Amino acid sequence: MADEQRRSGQGGRSGRGGGGRAGAERGTGQRRSLFRRRKLCKFCVEKIDHIDYKDVRMLTPFVPDRGKILPRRISGVCAAHQRRLQTAIKRARQLALIPYVAD
Amino acid sequence: MNTTRKYELVYVLAPEVSEEGVTELHAQIEATVARFEGQIEKSENWGRRRLAYEIGPHKEGIYLLEFINGSGELMKEIDRRLRVNEQVLRHLVVRVDEELRAVERARSRRQADAQRRVARGLPAEPPPARREAGELDQDTDEGEEA
Repeated sequence: MADEQRRSGQGGRSGRGGGGRAGAERGTGQRRSLFRRRKLCKFCVEKIDHIDYKDVRMLTPFVPDRGKILPRRISGVCAAHQRRLQTAIKRARQLALIPYVAD
Repeated sequence: MNTTRKYELVYVLAPEVSEEGVTELHAQIEATVARFEGQIEKSENWGRRRLAYEIGPHKEGIYLLEFINGSGELMKEIDRRLRVNEQVLRHLVVRVDEELRAVERARSRRQADAQRRVARGLPAEPPPARREAGELDQDTDEGEEA
């Protein structure tokens, strides 16, 4: 049920192209959820206020193998938490807890 | 007067530093803290850990952690000392009192919200979709229910 809101919000703005799709979606309802699940901010859901740079296990899901920080368009993290996550990751990197780059 | 603030200090020593070396450096930091009239709230030793990347010839490091209450002057001095010490591969001083306060505020706000909701006969948790979605999405909400 809770899928897709953000995306369709954008679709509305982009006009023409989105129009047809939005109409179809009304009819099918459930259907759309098959295509994309709405992503939720992990930190909001689990009510984590403090993102600790020392907690490597919390950070690793957001640092894929390559070593880059996972963009929030993929992880679904909200802007506020992404900002804090970012500083936490950068601090952890300084301490060699997390790589800057990997191979 | 120097105001007291909360800091976290993490420092990483080269793996070949002996136990005594570790305690000695810790004692040094303690002395510095005492001299500046701060206090060490808590110390932790994570022991030997693999480094995420090689630092010079090293692939491992000894991670140590101190929670210090003290002045900025104190931390500056500690920072300087660790910088000079060649056994220290990495160190990081972070001021945490403001962050802790923000966390505390967020927590109490959430609690107050929950209480208010319960008082109004609602479940303590707001329904998740509404919360996250915001204004932009309300039309789609209706659409999906239909």
